[in-house]
Amino acid sequence: MIAQILFTLILLAGIGYFWSNVSKAIRNVKLGKPSHRDDRKNERWRNMLLKSFGQQKMFKRPIPALLHLTVYLGFIIINVEVLEIVIDGVFGTHRVFAPLGGLYNFLIGAFEILAILVIVAVIIFWLRRNILKLLRFNMPEMKGWPKNDANIILYFEMVLMSAFLTMNAADYKLQLLKYGHYHFKDGIVGSFPVSHFIANFLPTDPHTLVMIERGAWWFHIIGILIFLNYLYFSKHFHILLAFPNTFYAKLPPLAKFENLESVKNEVALMMDPNADPYAAPVEQAEEPDRFGAKDIFDLERIYLLNAYTCTECGRCTDVCPANQTGKKLSPRKIMMDVRDRMEEVGKNIDKNGSFIDDGKSLLDYISKEELWACTTCNACVEECPVENDPLDIIIAVRQYLVMEESAAPAELNMTFSNIENNGAPWQYSQMDRLNWVDED
Amino acid sequence: MSEKIKVRTMAELAAEGKEPEILFWVGCAGSFDDRAKKITRAFAKLLNQAEVDFAVLGTEESCTGDPAKRAGNEFLFQMQAAMNIEVMNGYKVKKIVTTCPHCYNTFKNEYPDLGGQYEVYHHTELLQSLLEEGKLKVEGGTYKGLNITYHDPCYLGRGNGQYEAPRNVLHQLEIDIKEMKHHKENSVCCGAGGGQMFKEAEPQKEEIFVKRTREALETNPKIIATACAFCNTMITDGVKHYNKEQDVKVLDIAEILVNGIKE
Repeated sequence: MIAQILFTLILLAGIGYFWSNVSKAIRNVKLGKPSHRDDRKNERWRNMLLKSFGQQKMFKRPIPALLHLTVYLGFIIINVEVLEIVIDGVFGTHRVFAPLGGLYNFLIGAFEILAILVIVAVIIFWLRRNILKLLRFNMPEMKGWPKNDANIILYFEMVLMSAFLTMNAADYKLQLLKYGHYHFKDGIVGSFPVSHFIANFLPTDPHTLVMIERGAWWFHIIGILIFLNYLYFSKHFHILLAFPNTFYAKLPPLAKFENLESVKNEVALMMDPNADPYAAPVEQAEEPDRFGAKDIFDLERIYLLNAYTCTECGRCTDVCPANQTGKKLSPRKIMMDVRDRMEEVGKNIDKNGSFIDDGKSLLDYISKEELWACTTCNACVEECPVENDPLDIIIAVRQYLVMEESAAPAELNMTFSNIENNGAPWQYSQMDRLNWVDED
Repeated sequence: MSEKIKVRTMAELAAEGKEPEILFWVGCAGSFDDRAKKITRAFAKLLNQAEVDFAVLGTEESCTGDPAKRAGNEFLFQMQAAMNIEVMNGYKVKKIVTTCPHCYNTFKNEYPDLGGQYEVYHHTELLQSLLEEGKLKVEGGTYKGLNITYHDPCYLGRGNGQYEAPRNVLHQLEIDIKEMKHHKENSVCCGAGGGQMFKEAEPQKEEIFVKRTREALETNPKIIATACAFCNTMITDGVKHYNKEQDVKVLDIAEILVNGIKE
């Protein structure tokens, strides 16, 4: 009875803390400007099914895709087992789903095989990061916390799966010994294709076995709750956020950039022959929109969600032509910078009740050198498994630099004035536009 | 190609009370860049050959604003768009064809919302249908035995999903394309987009165009085909970087086709 109460309290605390952090993430995303992505619903559902649920884009690289699929299936399917653990924990039952009979045996057997496959996949992932040192996992932005974060996730998965298998091994051995409530009158319940090997290494004393079984059981479920609460602080948040993120993702054509509404109004006024140039400005209830993005408040919400969803896999950076040729720009770092700044603002709000200007902005995280190196080729957007859009963020900050600070590189300012004066990015006369007809 | 090309302007036709079926938007590179002007001439020649009822804006044409928009100058972009839309709507333009993937993208995706709604074609799309309709006929065998690879421009390929039209034109010419390692949606940029054409690159190990050209040269091509004047410039520079300009030509789809059709 005490165990049941303790379990229920831990469960509620675990879920409660997780929920408070999710609320914080939602609040942080809402710091951005509203996104208008409620069009083309059918395509959006399809996108979510294919890219999130079906992991379609992962398969551009088959080896990590298969490993990732294993871990993903393991995660989803083994969660059925977690449901049993929760019911057992709250009601003090033992293997409450056992009456399912043959199906139960099949399920437990399948979980075990998945668990061992997950362990293998996770070990390969670890080797790729730490021994093979794949380039994209060892770039400048991956030093420190991002590197540790990735490894912590892998250790979590290894430990959780090991606890699950140890629990089953001890349970199996206790069933063989027909000990206490572990004994089912119909014989062995569950099938243990993996853990019956582990059982060979366990002691035969039933009291010790019960301690191992209970220990592993508690360790497993508490581990899961800790892992759940780790998500908010980690790139692992993607296991939940990939779904809304792919739903609200940019749909093709990728080369289409939205036209800024705030600029539309200005241009309409300039082009309007009836506009009164001496008219007093209309009283505005709030400050007019800033052109482009200086800070996370100026970005659309979808890009803040992008930042939380980013798994830091680095495929974007891997295919970025600027990065490939040794420039500082890394689309992954853009996403990480947005998240870091958003977290900083979030903490500021937690501390002060509302945001108090800290004199900082996104530009303290992202340098101009990075921003101006982008060729807008969309390779990063095309590549991202969760459909993030680092390119639109880069453009939004460029818009701020150009339209609010007049801080474009000098050559681009020349280009702008050429377009303005000659109607071409070069200094040619518009009168020469037909010369090609008679030239050879 | 020294013969006279027949080109009429929208203004001339309007004076006669006529409207052409389609506007050929030449674009800034196509009007002013010496290399790109050859592409413009090749395409205009093909339009004449296929007896397409077209006209150009000539001196009334202006930058679409694409480079300004990609470089963050949304204001300048929308000003250019407003002026161009006024001109084109004034001539009641319904269809546009252009040899520039950047102009193409801007007209197709960004002008509609600003009041400019047109049916927009990239020249490779129009050439594909002219071949299909039999208005252009290939000679056959012109490119027999030649290794030819095709570089996807970002704003045509990944940006607008058009991978097949340029390839189909090459197939019509009985060309068996030797694809690069990275092609179609995995294609690598030539390095010109996003305003890079008009500025020096940031500190780097090598130029993007050198990297992209290296991959093209790995297919051992006689011709590197592309469908964008900017890609053409960049890859031509790349070929020069590797001192291969004697052996390898960088040609636009229109130039390849114009040499392979029946007169």
